[in-house]
Amino acid sequence: MSERILMKGNEAVGEAAVRAGCRLYFGYPITPASEIAEYMAYRLPQVGGTFVQAESEVSAVNMVYGAAAAGKYAMTASSSPGFSLMQEAISYMAGAEVPAVLVNVVRGGPGLGDIQPAQSDYFQMTKGGGHGDYRLLVFAPYTIQEVVNLMPTAYELAFKYRNPVVLALDGLIGQMMEAVEFTDFRNPDEIPIPEWAVSGKFRHGGKKNINTSLDLIPEKLEAHNWKLQKKYSEIEEKETRFSYFGVDNPETLVVAYGTVARVAMSALKKLLNAGRSIGILRPITLWPFPKQALAEKARHAKRIVVLEMSSGQMIEDVKLSVFDPNKQYEFYGHPGGVTFTPTEIEEYLVRG
Amino acid sequence: MKVVYERPKTLEKVTNHYCPGCHHGILHALIAEVLDEMGLAEKAVGVAPVGCAVLAYNYLDIDWIEAPHGRAVAIATGIKLAHPDVLVFTYQGDGDAAAIGLAETMYGAIRGVNVTTFLYNNAIYGMTGGQMAPTTLLGMKTTTSPYGRDAKREGYPLKMAETIALQGGTAFSARTALFNPKMIMETKKRIRQVFELQMKGAGFTFLEVVGTCPTNWGMSPVDATKFAETEMVKTFPLGVYKELKEVE
Repeated sequence: MSERILMKGNEAVGEAAVRAGCRLYFGYPITPASEIAEYMAYRLPQVGGTFVQAESEVSAVNMVYGAAAAGKYAMTASSSPGFSLMQEAISYMAGAEVPAVLVNVVRGGPGLGDIQPAQSDYFQMTKGGGHGDYRLLVFAPYTIQEVVNLMPTAYELAFKYRNPVVLALDGLIGQMMEAVEFTDFRNPDEIPIPEWAVSGKFRHGGKKNINTSLDLIPEKLEAHNWKLQKKYSEIEEKETRFSYFGVDNPETLVVAYGTVARVAMSALKKLLNAGRSIGILRPITLWPFPKQALAEKARHAKRIVVLEMSSGQMIEDVKLSVFDPNKQYEFYGHPGGVTFTPTEIEEYLVRG
Repeated sequence: MKVVYERPKTLEKVTNHYCPGCHHGILHALIAEVLDEMGLAEKAVGVAPVGCAVLAYNYLDIDWIEAPHGRAVAIATGIKLAHPDVLVFTYQGDGDAAAIGLAETMYGAIRGVNVTTFLYNNAIYGMTGGQMAPTTLLGMKTTTSPYGRDAKREGYPLKMAETIALQGGTAFSARTALFNPKMIMETKKRIRQVFELQMKGAGFTFLEVVGTCPTNWGMSPVDATKFAETEMVKTFPLGVYKELKEVE
């Protein structure tokens, strides 16, 4: 840790990426994610990097696809409608095993929706928003500091597993300011170009590399799909992250992520001080979902309360994880860009 | 004995999937020849399209990436910025580069991305079975213009080489063909020229090549070649539309 700076969430995304070794950014303006592109347009030339304003999100994500297939740390960011446009290339990248870090500063939908914070892209990000059987590693930080801390990990895991990684923010984390501490710079010249990269044969021993998601022989494509599934199983086993705050075996278990978890934390603190048997499990990875941890924490719980800024998406994974029809599952949410207040959550948890 | 001609080293010794009389194979071989002559195969990255040339990566012994439909120039942009020392070219059909990927292709020219695009224009969607393309000639019958392309109904053929030539970032834009040995040699000369320009960092280089599709045109290979020479060139005149003389 080197410096402590007061910074806007979206700008911190950019600075964290630069420090992680990203020197190629491809973007298209959209509220509430535009500051990431603006920051990179200003910052990357200072460190020998390149910013390109693409003609669309479709083009931006394909530029990332090209740069990442060439073995470099690249990035794009957008918000929900723009992220929808990127799904085609994301499916291709998952199929062709191309690593990239993509940021989605989620806003209210469906359609053009609004520009306020939301969590209604959960399905799109965790269930494979594009075509075919694939998974993305999805991180859902709940503070700007956590965004910054997760960035190097996001790149490392993207390249380790050769898979796209998504940082799922929401408009609130993107737009607010907080004091953050940054890690030191990683020198991009020291990041090796992988052997599989499409970078000219001379870079990898003269044997040609082909990067494709196409295989017209169904048995071969099936084998490739099983290989991907094996990789996803390994990711589930090794990369699931969550945090838990509360009593050991709570009667009421709250499940929330991102901004909602942060707001809920204030309510939880008050209720715990008042002696209530309560706890909050916060998934840090939305996929892989912390199934096992959730099932364990829910063992003695009577109520399982899922809070989301959506009309109820993560609750499906919560139910599948706990897998007990005798539990009481409650959903309390705000779709469309409305943010919770701590008092509101406290009252709901008390009222039942 | 002196060897006067041999199979280009960069052209893979495999049977390709192109139909008899299709000119894709000629264009592949020419690119391979030029890469050999310029000693660039080790440094080249090809971007394959979706369409008939989707499997181009099996035919040239260089690094390849297969792009989503129409996105080849965007992919090429990412690769070129990642490794400015490599020669990057896209190999696309008319549907890929001029319909679904028109924005990406145009912005390669507008932004002056230092890559090369080869557009094989045979006025039809070949891979999917002969549907109307942006370059389908007026009056031409396809499976989705069964009464013949009518300008009032389906609009006009898109002239890509001329359009690309108008953009500020374009270093070179031309249209050649492959219907006789003279034109084949002309095309080869232009391939060398665009690769040389790219290696000098000139900007976006674009070569539209008029080709055939005997299968979907419903013609014999000979008739298709004749049709390219007599009919296609009326709508798509051959020539150089922009040529940067000096590279800064």
